Amino acid sequence: MSEQQHASAKHHVIGFALSLVLTFVALFLVINTPLSAGLKLTAIIILAIFQMLVQLVYFMHVTEGSKVYQIISISYGLFVAVCIVAGSIWLMLLNGMEG
Amino acid sequence: MASSSVPKGTPNFPEYQTEEGRLKIFGFWVFLAAEVVLFSTLFATYLVLADRTAGGPTGKDLFEVKDFMIETMLLLTSSFTCGLATLEMRKGNKKGVFIWMITTLLLGAGFLGMEISEFVAYVNEGATLQTSAFLSGFFVLVGTHGLHVTVGIIWISLVLIQVAQRGLTPTTCRKLFIGGLYWHFLDVVWIFIFTAVYLTGLI
Repeated sequence: MSEQQHASAKHHVIGFALSLVLTFVALFLVINTPLSAGLKLTAIIILAIFQMLVQLVYFMHVTEGSKVYQIISISYGLFVAVCIVAGSIWLMLLNGMEG
Repeated sequence: MASSSVPKGTPNFPEYQTEEGRLKIFGFWVFLAAEVVLFSTLFATYLVLADRTAGGPTGKDLFEVKDFMIETMLLLTSSFTCGLATLEMRKGNKKGVFIWMITTLLLGAGFLGMEISEFVAYVNEGATLQTSAFLSGFFVLVGTHGLHVTVGIIWISLVLIQVAQRGLTPTTCRKLFIGGLYWHFLDVVWIFIFTAVYLTGLI
C-alpha cells in the first residue's frame, strides 16, 4: 500500500514536470522560432492536447473507478467540442461567407 | 449488484468505497463532459470573432507574455498541489490535505487576482466588452473561466470546513476528490485559453 502511494507521488511529480515542459515549449515555439504561422498553430494545438492528456491521466485519475464510462463520457464531450469549434471556424471563416 | 458489495477492480481508496461515492464520481465526469461543451461554444465564438477588432486594440497590443505566463504557472502549480492533496487524503492524512488544499486555493486566488488586474488594465486602456467583437468574445470566454475558478475556491473552502468538522470519512473524501476533479478540469480549460487566446494572439 505504501509503495503504491509512493509511486503515486512520483506519478504526480512527473505529471507536473511534463506540464511545465509542454507549456514552455509552446511559448518558445511561438516567440523564438521562425516557423510559419500555420506550423506554429498546429504545433501548439498538439502540445495543448498532450497537456490535457497529462492532466486527465496523471492528476484526474481518469483510468480509475468506472474508467470505461468515464472515458466514454469525456471523449463524447470532447468530440462535440471539436465539432462545434472546428465546424464554426470552417463555416464562418474558411467558407468566406462574411467577406 | 448488492449495493454493499464493492465490485472487483475498484481502487482501494476511500472515495470509491460506497456505491453512492462511485456513482457520484462517475456523474461528475458526465458533468465535466457538459462543461467541455459549454466552453467549446465560447471558444468557437471567440475564435470566429478574434480578427474582428473594429479598429480597437488587437491581442498583440494587449497580451503581456510575462503576465499570462505567471497566470499559467499559478494555475499549473495549483493543479499539482491539488493532486498532492488527493494523495494525502488517500493516506488518511488530514493535516496534509489541509496544507496542500489551502496552498491550492491560495494559488487559485493569486491567479484570480492577476486576472482581475489584467481585465482592469485592459478596460483602462479602452479595451472593454463593448469595444469590438474580439473583446466581447475574449472577456466572455476568459471571464467564464475566471468565474469557474471563483466558484471552485468557494466550493473547496466549504468542503474543507466539512473535513475539519467530520474528518476524512468516505463522504468527505468523495467530496474532496470531486472538488479536485473540478479544479484539474479548470486547469485543462486554461491550457486551451493559454493556447487558443494568448499564444495564438501573439502569432
